[in-house]
Amino acid sequence: MMGNRMRNNTLTLLAVVGLAAFLWWADGNFDGYKIQIMNLIAINAILAVSLNLIYGFTGMFSLGHAGFMCVGAYVSSLLILPSSQKQAIYILEPLIAPLQTAHAPFVVAVLLGGLVAAIFGLIIALPVLRLGGDYLGIATLGFGEIIRVFANNLVPITNGALGLKGIPDYANLWWNYGFMLFTFYFIFRIVNSNFGNALKAIRDDEVAAKAMGINTYKYRVTSFTIGAFFAGIGGALLASLLTTIDPKMFLFIMTFQVLMIVVAGGLGSITGSLIGAVVITILLEWLRFVENPITLGSFEIPGIPGMRMVIFSLSLVLIILFRREGLMGMRELSWDSLFRRFSKRGEAE
Amino acid sequence: MSERRIILKTPGLTMRFGGLTAVDNFDIEVQEGRIVGLIGPNGAGKTTCFNMITGFYIPSEGNIFFYDEEITGLSTHKVCAKGIARTFQNIRLFYNETVLQNVMIGAHLRQKSSWWQAPLNMPSFLREEKEVKDRAMFLLEKVGLADLAGEQANSLPYGEQRRLEIARALATQPKFLLLDEPAAGMNPQESWELMHFIQKTRDDFGLTILLIEHDMKVVMGVCEHIWVLDYGKLIAEGPPEEIQANPKVIEAYLGEEYLENA
Amino acid sequence: MFVQHSLNALTLGSLYALIAIGYTMVYGILRLINFAHGDVFMLGAYFIFYAGALLHLPWIVGVVLAIVVTALCGITVERAAYRPLRDAPRISVLISSIGVSFFIENLAIVVFTGVPKPVVRPSWLVSIIKFHGVRILPLTIVVPLICLGLVAGLLFIVYKTKPGLAMRAISKDIETTRLMGVSVNKIISLTFGIGSALAAASGIMWALRYPQIQPLMGLIPGLKAFIAAVVGGIGSIQGAVIGGMLLGFVEIMIVAFFPALSGYKDAFAFILLIVILLLKPTGLMGEKIEEKV
Repeated sequence: MMGNRMRNNTLTLLAVVGLAAFLWWADGNFDGYKIQIMNLIAINAILAVSLNLIYGFTGMFSLGHAGFMCVGAYVSSLLILPSSQKQAIYILEPLIAPLQTAHAPFVVAVLLGGLVAAIFGLIIALPVLRLGGDYLGIATLGFGEIIRVFANNLVPITNGALGLKGIPDYANLWWNYGFMLFTFYFIFRIVNSNFGNALKAIRDDEVAAKAMGINTYKYRVTSFTIGAFFAGIGGALLASLLTTIDPKMFLFIMTFQVLMIVVAGGLGSITGSLIGAVVITILLEWLRFVENPITLGSFEIPGIPGMRMVIFSLSLVLIILFRREGLMGMRELSWDSLFRRFSKRGEAE
Repeated sequence: MSERRIILKTPGLTMRFGGLTAVDNFDIEVQEGRIVGLIGPNGAGKTTCFNMITGFYIPSEGNIFFYDEEITGLSTHKVCAKGIARTFQNIRLFYNETVLQNVMIGAHLRQKSSWWQAPLNMPSFLREEKEVKDRAMFLLEKVGLADLAGEQANSLPYGEQRRLEIARALATQPKFLLLDEPAAGMNPQESWELMHFIQKTRDDFGLTILLIEHDMKVVMGVCEHIWVLDYGKLIAEGPPEEIQANPKVIEAYLGEEYLENA
Repeated sequence: MFVQHSLNALTLGSLYALIAIGYTMVYGILRLINFAHGDVFMLGAYFIFYAGALLHLPWIVGVVLAIVVTALCGITVERAAYRPLRDAPRISVLISSIGVSFFIENLAIVVFTGVPKPVVRPSWLVSIIKFHGVRILPLTIVVPLICLGLVAGLLFIVYKTKPGLAMRAISKDIETTRLMGVSVNKIISLTFGIGSALAAASGIMWALRYPQIQPLMGLIPGLKAFIAAVVGGIGSIQGAVIGGMLLGFVEIMIVAFFPALSGYKDAFAFILLIVILLLKPTGLMGEKIEEKV
């Protein structure tokens, strides 16, 4: 067993180095479009695994993820926007004084975005997590919407419906994948500890978990807050990647997209969230072809705008109907499982 | 005989749901270290008593004292922390986790480290995790499930699931163990082994055990004191010989089950 | 002035109530939050539009047709996306309903295009009448009356007919009802049909009130109507009506007396929801559902 652990850790380290090498190569060789997709993959992975912690591992059907992304996006952006730009875009009402001059290095801004999102998460969790199941979904959806409506109306803070433009695009491959590795490592360590086992116990059977002495309320609040933290980080990175944000971006539809990735990858699988992010992000981009005219020989099939999302949502329904455990179910893609697979192939069947 | 402490006292314990009185004055005193039983026909209110003791229901009347400390109305997880653990009538394992994980979850209660120490890889955290794992394996060996440690809990046969549930409860380091129909679904051979298992567990871990059971062979064979519940009321209590001969008890059961298993 | 606001609130409340009933009925029998219900409301509005603009049908015929077709849509959704998941974990159906909702919205964007469409309104409904200093549309009075009529009809069905009895039985215990020989699937389809029909009626009346319709018009009213159902006590038809009215009043009155808060209008519903969930989670008229240990 000991040998296995050393082997696994070394392999993981090699994989990270491999990823870094790939990023370095991609940076020099991929065009802007492909790099954008790679950036989106990393950010979607962060968003997916943070929702997975809350929902897949702890069993809380939270639909408020977009709200935490919104908080993280605004906090981080306001800290990295240069003061001159802030003055330029706040045309309706000037930005309130302390925020006008506030500034922070990118990594600090992103982490603060996550932290403030976590605080929001905590405030929301404390009352709402006393509810169960279905009510939780609607209540968190409600809070997500409340955050969005407030962002739309608190003009001296968020610039209202105009949103923020010209956000410095610090979120390159290195920052995004760096934060992604940080997120995955953090959540992986938590989920694989006995604390993580307790979360899964709460998901599997909350009554039995309570009977085993677990303060399920406290644990659910903790898990929710941690998930909100990383959702905030995802939002912060997204803001810097897209360089403009406005409250309309953070409608419930955004939460739905993240939910789709989590379900497709597998509820309760960390590697599933990563794989899901890759598959869904690429799928969404690839589906753009249905929105552009297609030439088959001498025929031209006209593009249908909006068809992309039709296919996307239909896919979610089909996944739920026919393979609700998604790609990975609750299993993880681990070195052990890969080795087991390949050693089986070597034996006579 | 040395004077035994009273581990559980439930003066006037009563449970009402709307207009229905499910349990009426369930007044018992359990001596430390004993194996005791609660029997009665289906629907008599036995599991309701368990639920009150373990904090799932707040009693409508009465108090619960655990070693002289009042625990009435304490939430379930706090009751467990005090040292009362239970199993369930319909087995409630964590079916998506492995056998080992189920027991480790039981042991989590007594862990001192916090979640944020996990990503920081702090040595004290890692040490405690290993201790938890070792203790869980130890308990699995005690119940004879050690080689199934890596199996998923829902792949276990019924009898082994019951033993796993007991191992999980033991992991919380209880002083008082409540077993809800541990022999349900067992054949005579299995229930005979269960009897010895219960006694051994009580001896090895220094526990007091209260069990709800319908299998009279097990009850009469292993319990030192029995309470009988019928329609929510205590109709008899005493050692097995007395209970077996008690006409009220026989009448409550219509004699059939007793006659079959005697 | 207050009278005018009250009438507007009554109208808005009626529209919410009619949608809320569909949510509460479906939740009552299946414990499902039908996210797609708000989009059914939208379909009702579009069908009346096409009945008028494309088929040039007389108005009443258009209304009936729109309601019937929308009801069929609701029933189809249940058959295709919810019934196969009847035995799956509850969360799967929830996600399916979210997916269906999204699908209907995006399909509507593709088929109807996102450009808002104007619905033809019969002139007698929308010519302003003046009455004791109050200026209102006849529509404002007609809507609550129709709502009252529809709710009365529904309560009659639920409490005085056999299918209604079956609905109530299913909401208490679906297995036993099935064992008693009731065709559970038929009753569930009926429930979805009725709920969708009511939502369609609301959608049509909404389109008359706010004649520019667009594919996402059901999103926010749908959510609010669900909140109204929860506030009133999910599973209770009377609760849905009360919740809808309450929400309508809160929205209109707060904006009337605090016009500066009008931008937060959409958040009122959610704030009301949070308050109710914290104070009385079962809603104003709801019952507690115990979990058996």
